[in-house]
Parts: sequence; C-alpha cells; structure tokens
Amino acid sequence: MPLVKKTAEGVELIPTAWTRLAEGDALPDSGAVLVPLSLWLEQRDTLRQRAEPVGVWLASNTDTAFAAWGEALAGDLLGLPVVAIDFPVFGDGRGYSIAALLRQRHGYRGELRAIGNVLVDQVSAMVRVGFDGFEVAEGTRLELLEQAWSRFPAVYQTATDGRETIWQRRAAFAAAKGTGA
Amino acid sequence: MYRYDEFDHAVVAARVDEFSSQVARRLSGELTEEQFRPLRLMNGVYLQLHAYMLRVAIPYGQLSSRQLRMLAHIARTYDKGYGHFTTRQNIQYNWPQLCDIPAALADLASVEMHAIQTSGNCIRNTTSDPFAGVAADEVTDPRPWAEIIRQWSTIHPEFTYLPRKFKIAISAGEEDRAAVAFHDIGIRIVRNDAGEIGFKVLVGGGMGRTPRVGRVITEFLNPTELLGYLESILRVYNLHGRRDNKYKARIKILVDALGIDEFRRQVEVEWAHLRGSEVEVPASEIERIHSYFVPRELPARPEAPAEFLAARQQNAAFARWVDANIINHRVPGYAGVTITLKPAGGIPGDVTADEMDAIADLADRFGFSELRATKDQNLVLPSVAQEDLLPLWQELVSLSLAEGNHGLINDMITCPGLDYCALANARSIPLAQEISTRFADLERQANIGPLTLNISGCINACGHHHVANIGILGVDKHGDEAYQLVIGGDARDSAAVAQISGPGYSQEKIVDAVETTVNTYLAQRTGAEETFIETFRRIGLAPFKEALNAAR
Repeated sequence: MPLVKKTAEGVELIPTAWTRLAEGDALPDSGAVLVPLSLWLEQRDTLRQRAEPVGVWLASNTDTAFAAWGEALAGDLLGLPVVAIDFPVFGDGRGYSIAALLRQRHGYRGELRAIGNVLVDQVSAMVRVGFDGFEVAEGTRLELLEQAWSRFPAVYQTATDGRETIWQRRAAFAAAKGTGA
Repeated sequence: MYRYDEFDHAVVAARVDEFSSQVARRLSGELTEEQFRPLRLMNGVYLQLHAYMLRVAIPYGQLSSRQLRMLAHIARTYDKGYGHFTTRQNIQYNWPQLCDIPAALADLASVEMHAIQTSGNCIRNTTSDPFAGVAADEVTDPRPWAEIIRQWSTIHPEFTYLPRKFKIAISAGEEDRAAVAFHDIGIRIVRNDAGEIGFKVLVGGGMGRTPRVGRVITEFLNPTELLGYLESILRVYNLHGRRDNKYKARIKILVDALGIDEFRRQVEVEWAHLRGSEVEVPASEIERIHSYFVPRELPARPEAPAEFLAARQQNAAFARWVDANIINHRVPGYAGVTITLKPAGGIPGDVTADEMDAIADLADRFGFSELRATKDQNLVLPSVAQEDLLPLWQELVSLSLAEGNHGLINDMITCPGLDYCALANARSIPLAQEISTRFADLERQANIGPLTLNISGCINACGHHHVANIGILGVDKHGDEAYQLVIGGDARDSAAVAQISGPGYSQEKIVDAVETTVNTYLAQRTGAEETFIETFRRIGLAPFKEALNAAR
C-alpha cells in the first residue's frame, strides 16, 4: 500500500519499500523493516547494526504505561526514524491516544506513521495528535489527503500539532484589545 | 444565550463542507457503506428501518425562536412536516433523503446549529437542566460550562473513535433535572463550605443493557481544572475500554471491572500530567463565555397578579396546568413554563412544523424569544411573566398543547420503537398512545400525582425505562412483541434502577398491568402527599408483584 508523508508543502509519496514483519516473522537479509515491538525488545542490538532503516510498529493494545518497556523506550525507541501505530480496524481509536502520549509525554520526534486500516477521512484528526506518515489504500487520491489536513481553518483543542487554538486566538485578541493595541 | 463568533462559524461551515464531500463520495461509490457509516453517524445520520434519520443537536437544550423556526423549515423542506424531540434535548427527522442532508446542514449552520457528534462513538451533545439560568434553586448557571464542554468536545482529535458513545450531562439545581447520574460523566455543580463553586463528578452511569448509577470519582473539582480532568478520564477510557464487544464497551463496564478506586487512581496518574496544562480553557475564555449568559434584566412585573389568581380559582383546567407545568423563577413575577408535547393519544415528543412555528411565535410574544428542549421530550419557555400565563395558556389551548400533565403519568418518555428504529424489538408509540388515552382524564392524573412512565422498544433503553417509576421494555418473544414491566426507577439525585415485576405481558395486557400498578399505589399510599416512588420505597416491590400476579 502507498506510503505518504505530510510535509510543510503538502503531501509526498515515500519511495522506500518498508517490509512490515508480523510477530514471529523472520528478519529479511536486507531492506527497510518495520518490526513488532517484541522483536525490537529482544534483538535491538542486532537490529541497530543493520545498514538499512529499522522502525518499530506498535499494536493498538500496546501498554501505554510504558512501564514494561523500561530503557527500550527512553534510550532507543525515541531515536528511531519511524514508529508506526497499527489500526487493525479504522474504528479502533486507541492509536490516537498512543500517538499523543509518544509525542507529548515522551518527546518522540521521528516519523509517526499510521498503518493498517487508515481512511483518508481520519487523517485530519491523526495529524492533530501527531502522525505525519500514513499507509493509505491503493488508489487513494492524494488531493483528498491535502484537503483533509487543511479542512478545519480553526480548532478548539490544544493537541500535539501545536496549532494555535480558537481559545488562544480569542484570548490574544482580548489581550490586545485590553491594552489598546 | 451563546452566539457564534467567526471561529465557531468557520468550524461548522468546514464540517458541512467535509460531510458534503463525503456524501458525494458515497453517492459516487468511492466510499463503501462500511467506510461511510462512522462518518455519517458522527454527522447525525442514521439508517433506520425505512429511511435515513437526521438528528440535530440542540446544545444543552437551548433554542431561540429563530432556531425553532429553522427546525420547522427543515421538517417542511426535507422531511414529512414534523420532527421528534429526543431524551438528549435533540430533535430528529425520520424521512430525509441522503442527497438533501448537506443542504439541510447548511440551512442549520445559518442559525448556528449543527448535527455534529449527535451519533457515533464520540462525545455526544452535552445536556443540562432545561431551567438552567432561571431556576430559583440553582447554585450557578451551568450553561457556560456546558458551552465550554461543547467547544472542547467538538471534533476532538483524540476522542473521535472511542470504544462507544460518550454522554456528558451537567446540572446545578438543588434538584437534578438532567439525570446526571445516568451519564458516562455526570457533573453536579455544588458549593463547598467555603462558599466556592466546584464540580462533583460522577462516572460510569448509564442505561442500556447494564443500567448503572454513576459513581463519584471526585467530590469537588476546581472549575478551572475541568478540561484536564475530563481529558484524563477520556484518555483512560479510550485506551482501556473494551473494544471486543460493543455491549460491554461503555465506560460503566470499565469502571465495574476496575472498581471506582482503581479507575480513579488511573485517572489521577494521567491527571498529574494534564492538570493545569494548556488543555485547560483560558481564564479570559471562561469569562467571555460567561458573558453570554449574564441574566437578562427582566422588566418588573407584578407578583401573583389578581387576574392570574382569579383565573386559577375559576378555571380548573388552567389551575391544573399551573399546578403541573409551572416552575418557580429566580425573578419574582415570572415563571418557567413547560409545554408538554404529550397530548392524550398523541406521539410523545412529536411536533409538526406548523406547531413549531406557532410555539416560536409564543416564545417571541411571551418569553423573550427563548426556548429549551427537555430530556422529557417537552419544550420550555424559561421566562414568562405570571401576568402572561393566562393568555399564553389560552393560545396553547387553541394549539391543543395546553394539557397540565407535566410530571404526571401521561408525560411519558417514549423511544421511536419498531415504527422507525432498526434496533427495536417492539413498538413503543402505539403503546404510549394507548396508555395516554386510558389515563386521559386530567383529574385522575392529578390525583395519581407525580409519576414517571417511560417506554423503550428494546434493551438499549433509549426510552429511559430503567429510571422510570413505571417502566416498560419491549422484547421479542418468539417473534411476537411483548412487554416487560419494571417498577421503582428514579432519574433524580435519589437515583435508582427499576426492578422487574415478573413475567412479561402481551400487547393486549400491558396497559391493564400499568393500571393495576397505579391502583396498587393508590390503595397503599398513606395519603395524597405520598408520591408513587415514596410509597414504593416504603413498601417495596412485593405488594405490586402480588397485585399484578393476582390480576393475570
């Protein structure tokens, strides 16, 4: 399925072919791989030696207390170029909270990719919680993605994307008025 | 009342554009029904037995006469000339064409209305006391906080694909008139010993298959910390609520499984991060939103005017209406008026477009153009001068909307049932019509006194049967419609879930069983001042069961 990345200009196709490994799959000799968290925790020293990029994908039921992860999260995972979150069905909304926690609480700065069952109509919310990469269905019209993330000219809630909220804009307006500016 | 600024308008307009393009993609086949379903639901569009249904939000039940006229216009233009007020202070239309819905939403947006999140697994329309801002018994006006919750929950990026729907209610009266104990989150505004205002928060209440009274998660929350606290609850629920079984996906099941203490602990772990963070609403915004709800300066009008008192003496029907449908107003000389949409033999909550227009005219003439929709499927004129009650009532008589039955047996809550709903097992509406015809005599209703009777056509409990003094639940019995009778529910602060009275009844027998229940109460009560629920609490279910079984 095509991979796309949100950029400042709009949308770009990710040319790299990423192989996503399921639990128990053997590691291929070469190529970019997205490995399940369990494999990463087991073999991260080996995985770090690979010449080609390695990312980790998280299941939607990942323990977000992150307690079980120990140093694996703080030390290594946050330095990965790609962390992906799986949407087994598009209605499973746990990934939105996992994304917000990874970005806001743990400071993950690499690409955060939504994989699995991702609908164009969900990417505007996904961008707000911190996703910037998307695995979309074959034949998805890219202009729909661009429309989706510029859909709402104003937003109420503070979220990972750091957009100035309606409340902040009103507050700034009120303050400016108050000082006669 | 709150008025949209350019930002509120921009959000709603963008949502109408977005949904219009989604409808177009569905009609062209680019979106499958499965993909379209959650999108249409979070825009208020259901697929019912015979047609699509559009549910329009009335945030915390507040309406202007201009908005009510628009609701009439929608009914006339895109539907069959009527609408149905719901238990969540919304209105729904039963016959729109999918291709017309974008135009209907654009019309609604022109009067600051929308259908955003009136369905789907997201945060639904926040409900409140229909007498908010005018009731004599309230701690403070809950509407500014309801509006803050409306804005915060609108298109919330993290909480749009929750395990299941999520309902929030907030009320501030000494008496709870918003059934907050039966919501996913219920907020009661209270005052502490120091005289400060705060929120008592309940979580995990609800009806449906597993009725639960909300459990207290905090006794007193500082209002300025509301959103950090709500986000914490929602995040714990979003991550840990069950998603494997939609009947066990509501937050009440998570609270049951963890216990309220462990649930609270998890929320507090999250809250340690979010409390006082930038998710909170800025102080200037709290102030700005409150400024829309500053009590209106009502012109001085006489208290208990002679003409009103005389009419009450001389006209029994007017007196009954005043007794049942009037609530004390914070301003002397005024009253809050309930217009019950429950004429004997009618369909509870249904109103025609012409009636909506006529009621909007009455709001302009007698009530400062302001209205409220109630969870009991009625409309309210929150501020009417006592002097105007008689002429208002006379106008309502000519509309056949003047029955003084508010809070009495015929003021039923009824779901649409099998006449419309794809989930229902049995019809609710014909049963409500039969019961209200049986009890049509207003003197008899007044003699029975305060009593709630609610009907749901299936276990999902949209008709609130669990919290009725007398509840009726439609079930499917070997392909036939049958009805179970439950007794003793209460939606107020003294919240209770009704108990099953015994084996179910056929459609022919259920109305008799209601009458037997009522007669048992009348025979057992210590006097007219002891209400049905008080008698039930004193004597328990057994005498009712006995009488019902004897009458089988």
